[in-house]
Amino acid sequence: MANLRDHMGRPIVAVTGIGVVTSLGVGKKDNWAALTSGKSGIHPITRFPVDHLNTRISGMVDFLPSSSKGASHLTYELAETAAQEAVSEAGLDSGDFAGPLFLASPPVELDWADRFSLYNSDKNDGGAERLLRVARGLKELDIFETTQFGSIADRLADRFGTRGLPITLSTACASGATAIQLGVEAIRRGECDKALSIGADGSATAEALIRFSLLSALSTHNDIPEKASKPFSKDRDGFVLAEGSGALVLESLEAALARGATILGIMRGCGERADDFHRTRSKPDASPAIATVRAALADAGLSEDEIDYVNAHGTSTPENDKMEHLSLSTVFGERVGSMPISSNKSMIGHTLSAAGAVEAAFSLMTMRESVIPPTINYDNPDPAIVLDVVPNKKRNAEVGTVLSNSFGFGGQNTCLVMAREPV
Amino acid sequence: MSSPHDVVITGIGLISSLGEGPDAHWQKLTQPGFQPVLDAARFAPYTIHPLPEIDWNLQIAKRGDQRQMETWQRLGTYAAGLALDDAGIKGNDELCTTMDMVVAAGGGERDEAVDAAILAASESRNDRDVLLNEKLTTELRPTLFLAQLSNLLAGNISIVHKVTGSSRTFMGEEGAGVSAVETAAARIRSGQSTHVLVGGAFQTEHSDMLLGYELAGYLHRGPWRPVWQRQGAEGGGVVTGSGSAFLVLEQREHAKKRGRKIYAELGPVVSGRARRRQGELNSGIAALLKQAHLPDGDLLTISAASGAHVATAAEKAVLDANPALAVRAFSTLTGHMKEAQFPFAVALAAMAVDRGAGYPVFDATAERPFEGAPNSVLATAIGYHQFEGLGLIKAA
Repeated sequence: MANLRDHMGRPIVAVTGIGVVTSLGVGKKDNWAALTSGKSGIHPITRFPVDHLNTRISGMVDFLPSSSKGASHLTYELAETAAQEAVSEAGLDSGDFAGPLFLASPPVELDWADRFSLYNSDKNDGGAERLLRVARGLKELDIFETTQFGSIADRLADRFGTRGLPITLSTACASGATAIQLGVEAIRRGECDKALSIGADGSATAEALIRFSLLSALSTHNDIPEKASKPFSKDRDGFVLAEGSGALVLESLEAALARGATILGIMRGCGERADDFHRTRSKPDASPAIATVRAALADAGLSEDEIDYVNAHGTSTPENDKMEHLSLSTVFGERVGSMPISSNKSMIGHTLSAAGAVEAAFSLMTMRESVIPPTINYDNPDPAIVLDVVPNKKRNAEVGTVLSNSFGFGGQNTCLVMAREPV
Repeated sequence: MSSPHDVVITGIGLISSLGEGPDAHWQKLTQPGFQPVLDAARFAPYTIHPLPEIDWNLQIAKRGDQRQMETWQRLGTYAAGLALDDAGIKGNDELCTTMDMVVAAGGGERDEAVDAAILAASESRNDRDVLLNEKLTTELRPTLFLAQLSNLLAGNISIVHKVTGSSRTFMGEEGAGVSAVETAAARIRSGQSTHVLVGGAFQTEHSDMLLGYELAGYLHRGPWRPVWQRQGAEGGGVVTGSGSAFLVLEQREHAKKRGRKIYAELGPVVSGRARRRQGELNSGIAALLKQAHLPDGDLLTISAASGAHVATAAEKAVLDANPALAVRAFSTLTGHMKEAQFPFAVALAAMAVDRGAGYPVFDATAERPFEGAPNSVLATAIGYHQFEGLGLIKAA
């Protein structure tokens, strides 16, 4: 009989459903097959013209019905698709989930396609005045809904029958992990016995790409797209903008066992720390990242030598990978050179608001399948970063515990510790 | 009965067209017949409540930091600083690095000139996607993105005020403000946090911020009227205002150990998502009132009603059905501040409890007098479009 309470007396939180969508495909099966065969989902951009753009590749999800319908619609469909897979796997009623919803999703804005069509539906005056006048004459709420920050979660709440006011959140690149953390915390506090945590991002618009590009954050290795994302390599030159979604059904272990659910993994601990250094760069001494990893380990009740594998943030930017290495080598000491640490982003790119949830899903599968997905494109190792990145080929290994890192723009860092089995 | 894990309010930071800080707000809001500060010209046919003059240097010392933010972020960072000052936390390294933070935020300001130029050019071009690339790659200021990202208000608060325990940003209009306060309180009650900075900011003086309402025709047009008197008037009933509210919520024991002044206790905070299309808003609000365990007797009620016709009519009907409630809709005097609405309502409620006095009516035709010293005050936030919440603030 497993313990139902953790080392701090809190309810243990189990994962009973997992769903995922990335540029590699829909669902765990296709994603896992591609991920473990080292396949890249990065491809040339076809959704919009690439004239004048320095970066012309991405990991966009181009195969869903909403892929061409704008960021809000695609983000909803990504979230719904992953959540449906997770809720079905958990064996729960997908129209009456009956627990809270935590959604990590990108900030919304009026899409340019709508901006253009509103503006050009009238000829009088110009600029903002014209837009406002046309706007107040609209008879439908469709465009309005795409500009409300709570609308995607509101639709998901209707669709899945979640309870209460859904929370939509952003901690930049850590958002997906924060959505999971909020679910874990709600169960630990006894507010609910299950929660639906989703990270979804379908916001790879031309403007988003240009904004990141202007900050010099993106890889410009356009010629061989699948080679562009190369975390921990010497010639890494930025991340690859991508889309995707990950969803987890979280349940108190007690409730999950009581209904005979299959336990897919355990959320052991969560840690977070904010960085006060700079809007896009992290503190040179990596102290916030170090503190975040340590906070997650402490919350999990595990010591440094009890982590079997690290699912790295590994964005492939010069800055992140260096800082992540510094933080991991500080926390894990000499062990860092011999423990497997791989980056899913080498294959799927950076799914931004979804990344923490997508990578938590892959971390759980890593433990269940006893296979570690590789870091691909590791052809020119950075000599300053000595890590076992599981280069280029998957590795069979027993993995009982995983640390998954998410470090965000704006200094928001979240780490999750997951385990294969209850204690 | 007080308990050591009770949530108390030890810091308040406010900005609106009425001024900055609790004292300035108290002074104006308790002046019978006080007239709101309005600007009906700049965004005509819309009236707004503009920001007061603010010396940003007082809370954001570095000019470099100020330059990296647009007004929305400056506003929130400034109000957060006021709240931290008020709670005696600002500049205290140990308290700041262990402080958690939940910010309710929308998006930041876009570059209106760039947008207008692209729209103007779109009239004579069919290759609009190429036009977009051409203009955005050359005309956008690179760091503007950072001034727009929702989570960067919290990011700036970390950078400027060194609050680094944790940082979360909730999105979703008024509901985000409700969830932020509710989650922060739950963390404190469960012993997860000892002190949390929570709040939001909204800067309405930007056409895109008005567009966010007007795509559904929510804005009031024509001459200004109080919140409760906009039914049937031209437009949708919402008059917006720029402003921000931040609170320092603290575990009672933690506040006592530091010997800090306690404004009030934050009692139950409840939230909901009525399916409004199914006509569930009235029953949803009534259910929340039940969950909040209201005390017997007259209860001062600080309402964040927006004026939006359907939501405000529903709120009024439910509140009117409870004769014990003496309602004050503060947006009559401040305008609607979106994500900041609920934190603002909680702040005004805490001030009334602390000072042992109510507010005079803000609209004599729709609000009734309240006499005596309030021991508890209710704060409501019924979203103009979706999501609802309320909280009970009690004497410390």
